[in-house]
Amino acid sequence: MVTKLEKIAGPKHRFLLNMGPQHPSTHGVLRIVLEMDGEYAMAIDPVLGYGHRMHEKMAEGRPYNGFYPNTGRMDYLGAILFSHGYVGLLERMSGAEVPERAEFIRVITAELNRISSHLVGIGAYVLDLGAFTPILYAFDDREMILDMLEAITGSRLTYCYFRVGGVTKDIDDTFIRRARAFIDRMRSRLPMYKDLVTDNLIFLKRTKGIGIIDRDMAARYGITGPVLRGSGISYDVRKSEPYSVYDRFDFDIPVGENGDSFDRYVVRMEEIAQSLRIIEQALDALPDGPVMVKPKKKLKLAAGGCNYTVEAARGSLSYYLVGDGSDTPYRLKIRVPSYSNLSPLPELCKGMLLSDLVTAMGSLDLVIPEIDR
Amino acid sequence: MSGYFSELITGSKSLLVGLGVTFKALISPVVTVQYPREKIDVTSAVRGHIDLVKDEATGTHRCMVCLSCMKVCPCQCITVQGEKREGVKGKVLTLFALDFTKCSLCGLCVESCKPKAIDFSNEYELAGFTRDEFVFDLLKRVKERA
Repeated sequence: MVTKLEKIAGPKHRFLLNMGPQHPSTHGVLRIVLEMDGEYAMAIDPVLGYGHRMHEKMAEGRPYNGFYPNTGRMDYLGAILFSHGYVGLLERMSGAEVPERAEFIRVITAELNRISSHLVGIGAYVLDLGAFTPILYAFDDREMILDMLEAITGSRLTYCYFRVGGVTKDIDDTFIRRARAFIDRMRSRLPMYKDLVTDNLIFLKRTKGIGIIDRDMAARYGITGPVLRGSGISYDVRKSEPYSVYDRFDFDIPVGENGDSFDRYVVRMEEIAQSLRIIEQALDALPDGPVMVKPKKKLKLAAGGCNYTVEAARGSLSYYLVGDGSDTPYRLKIRVPSYSNLSPLPELCKGMLLSDLVTAMGSLDLVIPEIDR
Repeated sequence: MSGYFSELITGSKSLLVGLGVTFKALISPVVTVQYPREKIDVTSAVRGHIDLVKDEATGTHRCMVCLSCMKVCPCQCITVQGEKREGVKGKVLTLFALDFTKCSLCGLCVESCKPKAIDFSNEYELAGFTRDEFVFDLLKRVKERA
């Protein structure tokens, strides 16, 4: 049947649709311009920069320690992981010593942060698909992590906890007890998530086979993190080039098979279990001693470049700093995972139904302020 | 066709299992707190805005106007002024203002303070209508705190 619209505009009528920047499923301020053919998105053009705050430039104008609060503002869901990369970089460049206990505390808090980030990612993803309940369960679990970290770091989201030479505050017995209680609780909750979400037929139907990123495509776009592992490539910075004390822990890298939205979700779920394993081992092997070695002088780095890569919640995060001998960096380049995870979107979603596009984009678990930074 | 019916059965089963989970949550204890009416105690570690510490021994603040907090602050949100007075060793604090609209709560000022004159307050319920409400005169606050 020829519709009225087709009579006026012809059979190949296409229209532009603005998704975002204030669309709930774009998780922040991502704007996507879609060229729609009916309900099918034929061309996708992400427009970035709505949350641009010039973090890299800000780093150039202040002493090295003045950039600590900025690291947490880029990826606000995985703030500790972002701080970890920055202090790791400064320590590698300056050769500052870090007490062993501090390294263990860093691993424990970073993995807790990774779990809380994945819980938000999963909860928000299922919310995108139209199921409201699971995010409340995820936030219930996340609340325990936030309370724990609040008692140690003093903040609930944008932590500023790591310093060159250690961490600001030691963990106490209360924290260790709560962390162990959390591990037990989370392990008992994981089967519940399986019942509630993973096995749900509607969820399976909406995610399986949607937004398939094969190995070749993943490598071409430089995708990292759970998205890459969902495509079946077993790459994790914690294993491939272990930083901090990650080489001492026994954990697996979960990988998916098909690289579809469902696999990416499952990889995140399994990563929570692996993070719990790391935390448990770190708590068991926690050494005594100081948590901070204060640098004697104001930090000044020699001229030259240095790179430090960590595994953030969304993938590999690199800081590349060029020093010029002064107390401020000459240039700080930050390679964030979400940016390269977003880049396959136009190819991935070409010819997709609008509702599937939301599925595919949600499974990438993007944090837009991290892309814009 | 048989696939259709088997899917119908497994699908309905999965939905019932999911409903079972939500039903369990329905009869489990309530975790929601009705916030403005009831509150959870915050831990003493909470990093609110900074405040001058009141020294129990002298009954006043410990600031010696070294300006180290002002210099270390990445957001330039602290303003400290002092003056020389006759018969008093060192400088006397005349102004300690915090522009909380700019503060990012990194805690570098608290770490840099040698006499431990500043600390985080536990205030987290901050809301206002104008920016001026968030420029705190910390010297006035410490005097009022009797």
